[in-house]
Amino acid sequence: MIRVVLPAHLRTLARLNGELQLEIQGTPTIGAVLDALESAYPVLRGCIRDHGTLRRRPFVRFFACQQDLSHEPADTRLPASVAAGEEPFLIIGAMAGG
Amino acid sequence: MPTTRKKTHRTTPAPKPARTRSKSKGSRVRVLVGTRKGAFILSADAARKKWDIKGPLFAGWEMYHLKGSPVNPDRIYASQTSGWFGQKIQRSDDGGVTWEPVGDKFAYEGSTTTHQWYDGTQHPWEFKRVWHLEPSLTEADTVFAGAEDAALFRSNDGGKTWQELSGLRSAKGHLWQPGAGGMGLHTILLDPSDSNRLFVAISAAGVFRTDDAGKTWRAANKGLKSPYELPDPDAEVGHCVHRIALHPSRPGVLFMQKHWDVMRSENGGDSWTEVSGDLPTDFGFPIDVHAHEPETIYVVPIKSDSEHFPPDGKLRVYRSKSGGNEWEPLGKGLPQRDCYVNVLRDAMAVDSLEPCGIYFGTTGGQVYASANDGNSWAPIVRDLPAVLSVEVQTLK
Repeated sequence: MIRVVLPAHLRTLARLNGELQLEIQGTPTIGAVLDALESAYPVLRGCIRDHGTLRRRPFVRFFACQQDLSHEPADTRLPASVAAGEEPFLIIGAMAGG
Repeated sequence: MPTTRKKTHRTTPAPKPARTRSKSKGSRVRVLVGTRKGAFILSADAARKKWDIKGPLFAGWEMYHLKGSPVNPDRIYASQTSGWFGQKIQRSDDGGVTWEPVGDKFAYEGSTTTHQWYDGTQHPWEFKRVWHLEPSLTEADTVFAGAEDAALFRSNDGGKTWQELSGLRSAKGHLWQPGAGGMGLHTILLDPSDSNRLFVAISAAGVFRTDDAGKTWRAANKGLKSPYELPDPDAEVGHCVHRIALHPSRPGVLFMQKHWDVMRSENGGDSWTEVSGDLPTDFGFPIDVHAHEPETIYVVPIKSDSEHFPPDGKLRVYRSKSGGNEWEPLGKGLPQRDCYVNVLRDAMAVDSLEPCGIYFGTTGGQVYASANDGNSWAPIVRDLPAVLSVEVQTLK
């Protein structure tokens, strides 16, 4: 199980409290987590990645194990401790706005 | 660029007002308020003195606009948007008690076209957000959405899916250019006498009209003058129209608050004449029409485009009972000193009670109501986030 932490606005949108857990089939990559997340919570489609292009939205960031994974390709493997469910995959609204 | 403009005026005889008044007894009103950080629903009975305030709904999100269906008032559509997390459309079928997200895929039809950019080059259309939602007058599941970058979308399934009416961009879209606030389609007027006729207004492109239900469009800006922005006095597009309004009993008569100038058209936008008259300044954003008097209109004069606050620190609505030119200030109950808020284009609405109620919200978070045609005002609520939009539903 992959643990995922969403920013407050997306938790509200998806009607979630706290972190969530996702079952990933196959290799645990950034893209696989996002696919599973959007499949489980369709309301989040378009909020993290653009519809169509699936590009990360500019003010959304991905972190795990103190690493910024925001610029990594979608097929990047998650760190082992995230894949093992020991550490969460963090989706964060960037600190922006001045 | 002028800082304020005061004008001499000509007199227009006031036509006899049409009377189509509804019974107010037993009625109530529901005011839908969109703000920078959530939505609020304000409810009252026909006296409009004691208010119930519900919210914030969608806390933290920018709620650009909420509007109820005239066919089913408990069906409310809302535009929920965020610079971080994109666009959502929410729908309620119980008057705003519960909400469900519906469709949010706003894809431009056909190949990507371009519009004018600030540096004179061409720039591809990019969807940013929905500024305005306009439910159909006859079908609860049909709703129009005005988008930035400027385009008109229609849904026939209650907001689940959206299709662009792309003929609009063929109306010289390559010459449209964003204003400082973005290139948004902010006004959608549906002609109650002709379902094939719609008007839209775009900042900063102007007014456009279709007579075939959105297949083809033409610019409707003849008579608008924008000498500081457009050197060509006959420019068909590029005018910074802030808002247009009509009265349902006379849909061929349009009123406009332009960047500078208040205008009217007698012929469905074929041509416009200025009716700014004796306003202290003809800059402003909203304009609206009294529910029962088609020649009574309301604006909120703002000092200038560089100083977005009321003249002299006095918040005053101006009313013309002659369809323009002759205006009277309405400030009773509104702050008359040290007031430096703005009233945005979608932040004024009228109910259909007797007397007519007028509502507006400010960037300072106040929502004011008048239950007597604008003669006096009182705040419903004072400390909301900056108000983006105000709509009112008159419920039987």
